[in-house]
Amino acid sequence: MKSLRQYLPWILYFVFFLGVLAVNPGAHYTHLLARVIIFGLYAVAFNLLFGRTGLVSFGHALFYGIGAYITGMLAKASGPDLFLLYILLGGIGAAIVSVFIGLLSLRLTGMFFTMLTLAFAQLAWGITFKLYNFTGGDDGIQAIPKPAYLTGPVWKYYFFSFVVVTICVFVIWRISRSSFGMVLKGIRQNPGRITFMGLNVYKNQLVAYIISAFFTAIAGGLYAGLDGSIHPDMLHWPTSGNAILMCTIGGMNTFFGPVIGAAILTGLEEIVGKYTEYWSFSIGVVVLVVVLLFPRGLLGIKWPWGRKSTTEEKETEVACNTGD
Amino acid sequence: MDLTTFVSQFISGLSVAMLLFLIASGLTLIFGVVNVLNFAHGSFYLLGTYFAYQSMQFFDNFWLGLIVGTVCAGVVGMIVEFFFLKRIYGRAEEGAFQLLMTYAFILILDDMVKFIWGPEYKTIPKPELLAGSFNIGSVVVPLYTLFIIVVGFVVVLLAWYFLMRTDKGKMVRASSLDREMLGLLGTNVPMIMTLVFGVATAMGGLAGVMAAPLRTVTPGAGVEVIIDSLIVVVIGGFGNFWGALLGALIIGEVLSFGILWMPEMATVLTFIVMIVVLVIKPEGLLSPKATGRK
Repeated sequence: MKSLRQYLPWILYFVFFLGVLAVNPGAHYTHLLARVIIFGLYAVAFNLLFGRTGLVSFGHALFYGIGAYITGMLAKASGPDLFLLYILLGGIGAAIVSVFIGLLSLRLTGMFFTMLTLAFAQLAWGITFKLYNFTGGDDGIQAIPKPAYLTGPVWKYYFFSFVVVTICVFVIWRISRSSFGMVLKGIRQNPGRITFMGLNVYKNQLVAYIISAFFTAIAGGLYAGLDGSIHPDMLHWPTSGNAILMCTIGGMNTFFGPVIGAAILTGLEEIVGKYTEYWSFSIGVVVLVVVLLFPRGLLGIKWPWGRKSTTEEKETEVACNTGD
Repeated sequence: MDLTTFVSQFISGLSVAMLLFLIASGLTLIFGVVNVLNFAHGSFYLLGTYFAYQSMQFFDNFWLGLIVGTVCAGVVGMIVEFFFLKRIYGRAEEGAFQLLMTYAFILILDDMVKFIWGPEYKTIPKPELLAGSFNIGSVVVPLYTLFIIVVGFVVVLLAWYFLMRTDKGKMVRASSLDREMLGLLGTNVPMIMTLVFGVATAMGGLAGVMAAPLRTVTPGAGVEVIIDSLIVVVIGGFGNFWGALLGALIIGEVLSFGILWMPEMATVLTFIVMIVVLVIKPEGLLSPKATGRK
């Protein structure tokens, strides 16, 4: 039974995202779901750093944007035949950038780390905004071509994104369940003890940062193809903020919570946006409610019929959170 | 660059710096005393502007608007602290929740402003008294710029006097050092925190009103200003009052001269300054070196 419980989220994941395809909800909602799943990858990749390692980065828009711009500009410049390769190149590009930023910013802790990541992302945003000839400035780049097998009805691109996202999410899942993932969890709960165990906190954080950046950029690249357009707003700080929102709303201490958070955020934007233009107000209220009443997010709510955590687990959690 | 341009650019940078200082000193005061990084501080700047605008629609008086904007921003600030922020103090992983909650207030307050006053540009004219300008040698200085600089210095002096020379100020300083101990000595620490939050957000509101005649009033102004103020606070050192002054002077002048030197990249320059400071001395220029850095 234990293995079933372990794979239950995966089963639900496949049933939902593939079932939707079978129901065929029409172009508009397929497009919406494609956004959900791409944001889902963004949130899961971000959560490897945020929920797992306990590093609050406020600059992930940078990697999201790098992925989108590399993919978009390559596809625009040299044709879309190697689209999948361009997405991969976007990820590698972001990973290379993240090595430098990670080396610098991980020397700092807490709020200082957050502020430095924000500064780098804003710097990149400012440059993208001003380099009109290269990046199209605030107009961004429109009409990014897609390869022949992805043009036509939206479900093709949806399915393509689903496959890419699923592979990436599975890799992240395996990473966070590996011994490396456990080290990351330990770093969040008590970095001091990780050092005593002879492990290097800094190095492990850096690796987590690079992995997170890589997959974030993949999500960005997928998004560039979805709408066929990219713009500097993808690098602006609300994009970084969205990642934090998605993870917290869904539950940052759970693996699939961020996907739920992505669905809620996108859904809210869609539903509320239909009636009024003040959807960010409603998102603000949702976040406020989550922070005040469900700090563990939707998937982290302790349902009365859910699994009771054992006394031992509780004690470890308490012992680990007291610091020192 | 000849001397005239240099001086006039320097003076305009000084006025930018003073506005930034009013916002950033509030931010840093909140961080030092309440231990919250208030990402929503720009929204109080925005509220100050719009409350003043509303008051001027009714009474057509800049000075009354200045007072209304300042006070109302402070009152909203106290409401936000008392009913919401207070509930997450001391929670595990507080930093992330603070970030989220203040971020939520950016979304809520900015959208409310848009909802009440509409998304279009508004203007607040300069008061007639300060509409003119005067000359220092060949440099033309608008009176309004001088007004901002003077108000900024007055606030610096008042704040210094309050924090360093009064008993209440001593309590505020004590609560930033050891909240628990101060509570044990019989001081109402939660009330100090609410009041400090109120004063700090009122300073943000004041900056909003004073900046309004120089810039366009739009619902996006708060977001623009918060990033610059965060940079100021980071450069000067979190929770460091004098650091905020130094940071504001640096960023104000960088912005002012940056626009002359390379108009495209003036804002980019401020991020570069912040990155350099964070990499070299992450605690900020005026804060003591923290222990346990990697």
